[in-house]
Amino acid sequence: MNIQKTNHGNSLIVSISGKIDTASAPTLEQELKNSIKDCSELTFDFTEVEYISSAGLRVLLSAQKTMNRQGSMKLTNVKKNVMGIFEVTGFTNILNIE
Amino acid sequence: MKEFKIEAITENLHAVLEFIDRELKLVGCPMKIQMQIEIAAEEIFVNIAGYAYTGKSGLAVVRVELHPEQPSIDITFIDHGVPYNPLAKADPDITLSAEDRQIGGLGIFMVKKSMDEVKYNHLDGCNILTIKKGWRSDS
Repeated sequence: MNIQKTNHGNSLIVSISGKIDTASAPTLEQELKNSIKDCSELTFDFTEVEYISSAGLRVLLSAQKTMNRQGSMKLTNVKKNVMGIFEVTGFTNILNIE
Repeated sequence: MKEFKIEAITENLHAVLEFIDRELKLVGCPMKIQMQIEIAAEEIFVNIAGYAYTGKSGLAVVRVELHPEQPSIDITFIDHGVPYNPLAKADPDITLSAEDRQIGGLGIFMVKKSMDEVKYNHLDGCNILTIKKGWRSDS
């Protein structure tokens, strides 16, 4: 998994590529912890995400809870297979997916 | 039938998934199904690594049986750790808001939802969890 962050003032775009699994989710969690403190608009670009397990879902849920308190969060360019996982776990109801 | 024995620690997750992927490639499994199987295998192996041996080291056995004529795959995970039936756990309420959603319980729920069959047995001191998944050969 690779993470690329782009800041524009209080907005942050996090572009992820690869697999968000048990091995990589802690890295994503730590990256977010370090960078969303002053963020009011968080966007995850999922163009290159091909896989997400429950470890990754937990990180997204935690980020969503944080952003509910301090601004907004959305996911863009989610692939069909990954969308299937969001649907089956009810994450389509709690995440803003464009 | 092929078998893979490995120490049940999360650091070995990728070795387990590579073993399963190699088998799936032999029967031309579609990408979407492969991802679902990999996720199910990850959730089960990580569960074993986290809970079966509670701090001690122990082995996990992953047994793969291919059925090219259907086509389908059976994967059995065996450990001799603490008896634990993950299927007995109540499903998480997926209709709750983000604030009310619990962290946890999602992994095995995803396994149940994405596989055709999930069976648990406790036999001769072993936890035996089998998943089955089939696909259309033209998909």
